[in-house]
Amino acid sequence: MEADASLLISAVVSGLLLGGFYAAVSVGVAISFGMLDIVNIAHPAFILLGSYVAFIGNTVFGIDPILSVMITLPAFYLLGMLAYQVYYVAFERRDDQSLRGLSFFFGLLFIAEVGLILVFGVDYRSVQAWYVSGNLNLGVVELPWRLLVPFLLGLAMVGALQIFLARTFIGRAIQAVAQDQQALRLMAADPTKIKRIAFGLSFATAALGGAAMIIIQPIEPSIGREYIGRIFAICVLGGLGSFPGMVIAALTLGVVENITATFFGPSWAPAVSFGVLLITLAVRPSGILGR
Amino acid sequence: MASLVAKQEEEREGSRGLGNIAFIAVLAVAAAVIFGITRWVGQSYAFFAAYVVVQYIVLGTAWNILGGYTGYVNFGITAFFAIGAYSTVVMYKLTPWMPLPVMVLVGGVLAALVGLGTGYLTLRLRGVFFSIATLALAVVVQTLFTNWDFVGGARGAYVLRPRLAPLIGGEYIQYLFLVMLGLCVIVLATARAIERSALGYGFAAIRDDEAAAEASGVPTLRLKLIATALSGAFMGMAGAPLPYYVAYLDPASGFSLNYAVNAIAMPLIGGTANWVGPVVGAILVGGLQQYISVTISSAVNVLITGLLLVAFVILAPQGIVGLFKRRQP
Amino acid sequence: MTALLHVEGLGKRFGGFVALQEIDLEVQPGERLGLIGPNGSGKSTLVNCICGTLNNEQGGVRFDGTAVNGLTAHQRTRLGLARSFQLPRPFGSLTLAENLRIPILYAVNARGGHSLSGQAILTRCLELLGQVGLAEKAHRLPRDLTQIEMRKLELARAMAAEPKLLIADEAMAGLSHAEVDEILALLIRLNGQGVTVIMIEHIMRAVMAFSQRLAVLVAGRKIADGDPKQVVRDPEVVRAYLGE
Repeated sequence: MEADASLLISAVVSGLLLGGFYAAVSVGVAISFGMLDIVNIAHPAFILLGSYVAFIGNTVFGIDPILSVMITLPAFYLLGMLAYQVYYVAFERRDDQSLRGLSFFFGLLFIAEVGLILVFGVDYRSVQAWYVSGNLNLGVVELPWRLLVPFLLGLAMVGALQIFLARTFIGRAIQAVAQDQQALRLMAADPTKIKRIAFGLSFATAALGGAAMIIIQPIEPSIGREYIGRIFAICVLGGLGSFPGMVIAALTLGVVENITATFFGPSWAPAVSFGVLLITLAVRPSGILGR
Repeated sequence: MASLVAKQEEEREGSRGLGNIAFIAVLAVAAAVIFGITRWVGQSYAFFAAYVVVQYIVLGTAWNILGGYTGYVNFGITAFFAIGAYSTVVMYKLTPWMPLPVMVLVGGVLAALVGLGTGYLTLRLRGVFFSIATLALAVVVQTLFTNWDFVGGARGAYVLRPRLAPLIGGEYIQYLFLVMLGLCVIVLATARAIERSALGYGFAAIRDDEAAAEASGVPTLRLKLIATALSGAFMGMAGAPLPYYVAYLDPASGFSLNYAVNAIAMPLIGGTANWVGPVVGAILVGGLQQYISVTISSAVNVLITGLLLVAFVILAPQGIVGLFKRRQP
Repeated sequence: MTALLHVEGLGKRFGGFVALQEIDLEVQPGERLGLIGPNGSGKSTLVNCICGTLNNEQGGVRFDGTAVNGLTAHQRTRLGLARSFQLPRPFGSLTLAENLRIPILYAVNARGGHSLSGQAILTRCLELLGQVGLAEKAHRLPRDLTQIEMRKLELARAMAAEPKLLIADEAMAGLSHAEVDEILALLIRLNGQGVTVIMIEHIMRAVMAFSQRLAVLVAGRKIADGDPKQVVRDPEVVRAYLGE
């Protein structure tokens, strides 16, 4: 009985830490899907791209994985702007987002994944840093640094973005762009430009999320697919466009998945996100903090 | 009555005035000719290769019934396909005497039920939610089969392929090919019949404008569920013979993403407007893949298909069929 | 006399915003009702609640003796309640004739009673297109149409459902003087054939020429309902339109 209780506590604690990491990988979709209404299912592929950048920076140049990604953030930002521009010209302007726009991202997902396989192979890759092993001992519980660092990174990213969206002109424009393009024009802001910036940001967060991912676990190119259901479950459960809701959803999913893995076996964990997604869509499609 | 139906068909643009029965006859003859040629080539490799291409015609057409006709994107192809495949594994273990066509039918019914369930929960919402749910569905179905020891779990299950084909003689792969050809005839005939029926008009109305369709009396939810169930059923049927084809089914092969990529890429490359597109796409892309996987590698295969998919949705949204079709007068 | 459409105590909110409040409205069979109100007064929301595109939280709608609350939009269309959309929403991949085929297949034929098939459907589509002057473009796609032709297609598609009540939601906005007269004549002709019509419009000239009765919505409430000439002189209506 006692063993069960301590198992439960440690499952909850590491689940919360995992949830913070989930927030890091989901925040980009909270922007692109939640605020721009663009369903970028290729997001996990760009997370992995970030992981491999961290891997190269770490193994080839010996730089800290997070720092490696930080250095390349402008490149990811530009890649995101480019992706949106293509999406805008080919689908949004033609009003063909639902069939061909979705399929476009689906194609990107595979191009990215196979590209990574061809370059890096299917072996698992990992990084070296002081926080990849070892624990922070808090007496009652021991927190592994490899979970704690991504957790903090995730919360820092969400916090910084929340401030950016609330306090800056561009940030407020991004929040308005999906709801009221007319008002945006009155503010003399070009909706396409605003969306381009937001999509660039979304890609940049994906790269940072990738650094967090390779700290938590060794990665290989097809691992990204597991995250599609997870990320979208989190964004839908959180209520599209709401960062606080997204964080709550991410933490919840982290905990539920971890409890499932602890008591039913890790192979069942991937099913949790689908269950959460389906129940949310059936019962409350606007999410926990949705309007 | 028959003449009325014929006239109604003639009026539909691009129709070549062939009745449904006549069309099935033409398809059956074509299938017989293809089977004859493959048998004349006489190598089992020819059957294995041709099976894959025909399987993709079935998968692509099945996807297109929902995706192309109603505009709802199903990403969970592997879920439906694998339900068909694994139901065959279950029947192989429990009722091995059952003829393959019956197993195909059972796989189709099970896949249709899963499609109905998913659709019932998500099709009331905007289309993207359905698409996202099907993405997640693929993961959860894979999780279920990976954890189900009876069908081999993560290790996979061996299925002993009979040495000889029933009825027609020769190697068993010939029989598998024949079953897949028969399924292909049924799927194509169904797709074309839908296009010309009230159902097809209802699907098109949903694809173009769902609110206007409702206002015109179209029961959109019911029609979307019909499309999802039909599409899912055919995907399940396409997967049902797979265990006999591969002789060893594990989650990695049953849920291979090649199926998902191809089932979406082939209709979009060929053209989604009618039944011809997926056929053209499957033959061209599927043929190309057979050629490449012999000469280069299968990873390159997926890469090329992905690149073609992206290139076509951007540059030629009407697909290959659209490139050849003359503009409206 | 029993009303064809009976709206009672209808209320609709979007989150905290009250879009409609305590709307009562009766429309008699064969009547021509005009419905006016400033932008954002809830006219289109009312149409959407009557037609089932939106669900109202409060109050009820009875149509032709049936309580239609909880019925989907397509079920209401089948009962004989048709509407045109403010911004035309044609089926873009279908020809004009095929656009009209949809309500014939799914509203008229699904209603029971007489049912069209084969050649009869095409004949009926061409007849309807002829009534709105689009017969020559029957096999074109909607993207080839001009703005007024698009409005006519929108009306023709609503007419194809053979409704008892047609709600024309701003079918004339943005049209020229002559074009307004054309649509006006069309609606009056339709009414002459026994179809009850509710016209939602900003163009007062058209509203006054058309309406036997006029209802006014302001800020989600009905503030006037009666003889058009008296309604437009009503001080409250004047204030709402001209501002204080």
